[in-house]
Amino acid sequence: METFAFMVANWPVILQRMGEHVSLVGAAILIAIATGVPIGIAITANRKAADAVLYAASIMITIPSIALFGLLIPILSLIGQGIGYLPALVALVLYSQLPIIRNTYTAITNVDPALREAARGMGMTTAQRLREVEIPIALPVIVSGVRNAVVLSIAIAAIATYIGAGGLGTFISRGISQTDIRQLLTGAISVSALAIAADAALLGLQRLLTSPGLRIR
Amino acid sequence: MIRLERLSKVFGTVTAVDGVDMEVPEGEVCVLLGPSGCGKTTTMKMINRLIAPSAGKIFIGGRDTAGQDDVALRRSIGYVIQQIGLFPNKTIEDNICVVPDLLGWPRRKSRERAAELLSLVNLDPALFLRRYPKELSGGQQQRVGVVRALAADPPVLLMDEPFGAIDPINREVIQDEFMKLQAALRKTVIFVSHDIDEAVKMASRIAIFRDGRLVQYDRPDDILAHPKDAFVADFVGQDRTLKRLRLVRVEEAMMADPPRVQAEDTLDTAVALMREHGHGSVVMVGPRGRARGQVRLEAADGRRGLVGENHEPLPGTVLVGDDLRTAVARMFEHDVTWLACVDADGFYKGYVTQRGITHLLGATYGKRS
Ligand SMILES: Nc1ncnc2c1ncn2[C@@H]1O[C@H](COP(=O)(O)OP(=O)(O)OP(=O)(O)O)[C@@H](O)[C@H]1O
Ligand SMILES: [Mg+2]
Repeated sequence: METFAFMVANWPVILQRMGEHVSLVGAAILIAIATGVPIGIAITANRKAADAVLYAASIMITIPSIALFGLLIPILSLIGQGIGYLPALVALVLYSQLPIIRNTYTAITNVDPALREAARGMGMTTAQRLREVEIPIALPVIVSGVRNAVVLSIAIAAIATYIGAGGLGTFISRGISQTDIRQLLTGAISVSALAIAADAALLGLQRLLTSPGLRIR
Repeated sequence: MIRLERLSKVFGTVTAVDGVDMEVPEGEVCVLLGPSGCGKTTTMKMINRLIAPSAGKIFIGGRDTAGQDDVALRRSIGYVIQQIGLFPNKTIEDNICVVPDLLGWPRRKSRERAAELLSLVNLDPALFLRRYPKELSGGQQQRVGVVRALAADPPVLLMDEPFGAIDPINREVIQDEFMKLQAALRKTVIFVSHDIDEAVKMASRIAIFRDGRLVQYDRPDDILAHPKDAFVADFVGQDRTLKRLRLVRVEEAMMADPPRVQAEDTLDTAVALMREHGHGSVVMVGPRGRARGQVRLEAADGRRGLVGENHEPLPGTVLVGDDLRTAVARMFEHDVTWLACVDADGFYKGYVTQRGITHLLGATYGKRS
């Protein structure tokens, strides 16, 4: 009840933190899609490269976020961006690679080889084949990878407050340092709510992007 | 139209296709036939360059395909695969229009064409254009697969076991449909099969492969009547004579200008005629020559009267354009050893006998083997 009163009293701050959180995760996800999807597609051409890239991405995701931030600070300090938004963004982009690359790679390699052959035999170029056949068919699985990445990033972004990136994690860190249960719960509840809402929204998007021909069974 | 010159393909240590020379004339259906792994698919895929030849040349319409852009070449060749390969994310309409769209046809033109082609294979465009492949039965999908290959009206069609995945009854139906389509469109077709019956039915020419080599390239009847070696004979089967029944028309086995009687002739005339020819019966024709009935020697001998009052119905007739298989089936059905042959208007043209058929099939064997 106290927490609820706190939330009501502080909603403008909550909204502001929420905005920071969303813009950080949003930017990270856009960059991660722009890099992860092409990488996922590119590695379908070469089994060895695929294994290496997927291995590297899995290692990446096992690095604890605090440790990764710690690693990024000296590197990014070289350009004067050791703490704040940039290291948080870089870390989220790196964490998002695995679900996005893996799902893209799996979805594209799972496209029925007969379809690939039919597309080639009818005179599609590689780009046309990807655009007309492989990506549309792989899309539901790719988007579900993006969903994983979004939920993961929303959770990790909460920790980025420790390197001064702001966001909803601020409530949590303050709650801990000031032993203020209201702030802690406010942070935790809003992070969860954001994750659930984002996941639901992306699920809707996923349905929307899936060709009706793939939904029928 | 399509010419292969010393065409070979080597995969590592495996020679999949070994020095194949052959030519398929325009408008003909050439069936590549042979056991599994003999190089049929590889040969076909070299034609649209899905597989690059190791040696040799391929000419289509006189042009060497090696010098052409692969993508442009493939768009000018219809391609049907056994797995059908309809794109599940596209509607039937968009599937059919894939190549026209790649070629940049105006949308209206390609969509009209899709509807027109669907009706050619007895699928109602109003019902099917907007559906997705999963909403179609296997046979319907296969029809769409064929139609899709024809969409941009390519002169050449490559089909790799296109009807292999369909149950035997539907396969016959689709084969018949395709033959009708082909009779109208006259494409140059290369068709891979390992089913001799399908080959005999569809082919203008059959190319029999063994271990990557072209063993025999002939018209179906010649393959059945004169298999070049034991391998071919074995491949076409012990019952190859029966298969030939499909290929030979009644006309070719028929005795033309047969004796006949009319209603106003007397039984004496009929009996005399039968005796003269050594026949057990004679066909009665109408005033303009349509087959109407028969008089049997057994029944007429010693009796008086007119043919018109004493004839019996014909046990069975067969069209001159039917194949011998139909004729033989009808003989068994009616338990007779001969059939009257009529044309489409019912005019009496001649008769076939079991003996005549046996003799005809035997005679062609005798020629070479
Ligand atoms: N990509 C490839 N790499 C290596 N060997 C191949 C390849 N493709 C085909 N072969 C080999 O070439 C030979 C001919 O294969 P092909 O697919 O042309 O046979 P096919 O006559 O179509 O047989 P089927 O009736 O089983 O389809 C086979 O021995 C096969 O194993
Ligand atoms: Mg094959």
